[in-house]
Amino acid sequence: AEAAGVPAESLAGCRARAARTVLDQVVLPGEELLLPDQEDGDGPGGAGERPLRLNAAARSRGRVVCGPGLRRCGDRLLVTKCGRLRHKEPGSGSGGGVYWVDSQQKRYVPVKGDHVIGIVTAKSGDIFKVDVGGSEPASLSYLAFEGATKRNRPNVQVGDLIYGQFVVANKDMEPEMVCIDSCGRANGMGVIGQDGLLFKVTLGLIRKLLAPDCEILQEVGKLYPLEIVFGMNGRIWVKAKTIQQTLILANILEACEHMTADQRKQIFSRLAES
Amino acid sequence: MKETPLSNCERRFLLRAIEEKKRLDGRQTYDYRNIKISFGTDYGCCIVELGKTRVLGQVSCELVSPKLNRATEGILFFNLELSQMAAPAFEPGRQSDLLVKLNRLLERCLRNSKCIDTESLCVVAGEKVWQIRVDLHLLNHDGNIIDAASIAAIVALCHFRRPDVSVQGDEVTLYTLEERDPVPLSIHHMPICVSFAFFQQGTYLLVDPSEREERVMDGLLVIAMNKHREICTIQSSGGIMLLKDQVLRCSKIAGVKVVEITELIQKALENDQKVRKEGGKFGFVESMANQRITAFKMEKAPIDTSDVEEKAEEIISEAEPPSEVVSKPVLWTPGTAQIGEGIENSWGHLEDSEKEDEDEGGSDEAIILDGMKMDTGVEVSNIGSQDAPIVLSDSEEEEMIILEPDKNPKKIRTQTISATQVKAPSKKPVKKRKKKRAAN
Repeated sequence: AEAAGVPAESLAGCRARAARTVLDQVVLPGEELLLPDQEDGDGPGGAGERPLRLNAAARSRGRVVCGPGLRRCGDRLLVTKCGRLRHKEPGSGSGGGVYWVDSQQKRYVPVKGDHVIGIVTAKSGDIFKVDVGGSEPASLSYLAFEGATKRNRPNVQVGDLIYGQFVVANKDMEPEMVCIDSCGRANGMGVIGQDGLLFKVTLGLIRKLLAPDCEILQEVGKLYPLEIVFGMNGRIWVKAKTIQQTLILANILEACEHMTADQRKQIFSRLAES
Repeated sequence: MKETPLSNCERRFLLRAIEEKKRLDGRQTYDYRNIKISFGTDYGCCIVELGKTRVLGQVSCELVSPKLNRATEGILFFNLELSQMAAPAFEPGRQSDLLVKLNRLLERCLRNSKCIDTESLCVVAGEKVWQIRVDLHLLNHDGNIIDAASIAAIVALCHFRRPDVSVQGDEVTLYTLEERDPVPLSIHHMPICVSFAFFQQGTYLLVDPSEREERVMDGLLVIAMNKHREICTIQSSGGIMLLKDQVLRCSKIAGVKVVEITELIQKALENDQKVRKEGGKFGFVESMANQRITAFKMEKAPIDTSDVEEKAEEIISEAEPPSEVVSKPVLWTPGTAQIGEGIENSWGHLEDSEKEDEDEGGSDEAIILDGMKMDTGVEVSNIGSQDAPIVLSDSEEEEMIILEPDKNPKKIRTQTISATQVKAPSKKPVKKRKKKRAAN
């Protein structure tokens, strides 16, 4: 009812809604939003809401970051994805925090700084081509591994799994990955072992699992000892002691998306008994 | 777009799992995935789901002149299309090897097995026959397209009704659906394809391979069979050498599977027939459970909101009177008029409702509300003193009002969440264990 009611209202009204009032509600592409700065504007006699203006006065109040699903279009703020509007309070001091749209999506779009799991598809000269599930493969230099030099090349075969980070991810450009951090350390990145299972889930589930207070991971960790890697591109690599356990873990993680907390607890307790 | 490559680790894992007789989705060696058949509102339209693989079948008909060498036979035409929607690797408008292979196999399975009486499709010999066209669209690809497509084709054909025709002398009359009931095609038998994937040079065998299993398989054997155990087509691809025993064993398995699937198809057709006769709702919209889009909402399901609803209703019922008053424009002094929510009586009402809430809610909620009440109290007195309406000032105060009813239920909700979360885990596992012990 919520999903049906909200868009109908917004379409009928055809008027920008304040971002604060639609938090955690469904927004649709093309909708216009107002940030808190603009809402309580000084317009006398006005409705108290004006379209977003990124002028000097607004900037002085603190910076608002518009995350995925929102786009600045002139002096307006438009929604470009269908999903729930989310907001994160600023960490310290003033500022508007971060607004973004949490949407259900499977296709990954590279974002700078994201950690992803890629599959090496080709070795050409001094770069590897890595499939990350985006619209085009990312490039990965063989020097971008810990301890790699011109002589000491990393041992990477076609078909291997790579856990790395995007350093370049621009529109219309080939994304570039590295497997080292800014200090030159691997920091967990690099080639993933030959065993284990790779599977794909939706991007929403990955974000859910990687949230700092995610209960699913803690519960999974109590079941079996396991190794697990999450890629922001919707790929999960998991390895447990036996094939059976690995399969169970993969299926649980996949199923978690559409389970309520209670259902999940039941299943985990059933598994713990068996 | 390029196909996602299969990583070495997936390949190795799949093969090792198959050696241990395990499959990714927990099926046994000879298990099919769930088959779901749903019908559209029109005749001859169906969607077949085989696990996550989905095929849409649509049958249409047309009066055409027959082929010269077969003057008394109707024409059957099959066309399977792999759209990009099914998998990004499929290219639109290009006849890939896979597509040609699948189309050929479908034709052999359905046309060459003479499952449809083509002579009954003749209207005037040598002049007019029915051309039946079966369009199959792959909507989602998760392996084993051929089985899903063959089921979709035969289901769509069984479901299809062609318009009735009558011939009087030279005159051919075509009746519309309203004039005469359309006639079903005469179907002799229902051939259904069953796929077997072979691994490690035929050592291991799996029925109904999924997409990833198809990628690591060495060879594929497709057997088309009807429920009378008559083989309609058999095709082995991938270049593996199969022993006679293996093929015989596969045909036995296929026989069992085909009987099961045929029963399912007949049941689905009967159900649809019944619903249509009774005038109930039918079509894709009715048959599809709305699960995916509401996925975000599911988190909320276990929260106990019974109290909140009652309170919300009370608040709404309390809050209604002011809206009636608002509808009248108020003329205060010549030249100024007011329409809207800012008239003073709305304050009083809101405060009343909150007071009632407090009384019900008990002590802990009262603490939260105390601060709020203070604020409103001050504002009310302000407005009471100002007799003349000032439109400018209430823009700020309006926001305060909007926030209050919002915050109230939210806080209650968080309390109930924490309460249920504490209670639920402690109770449920215990119950489960008890049940299990009883069963043992």
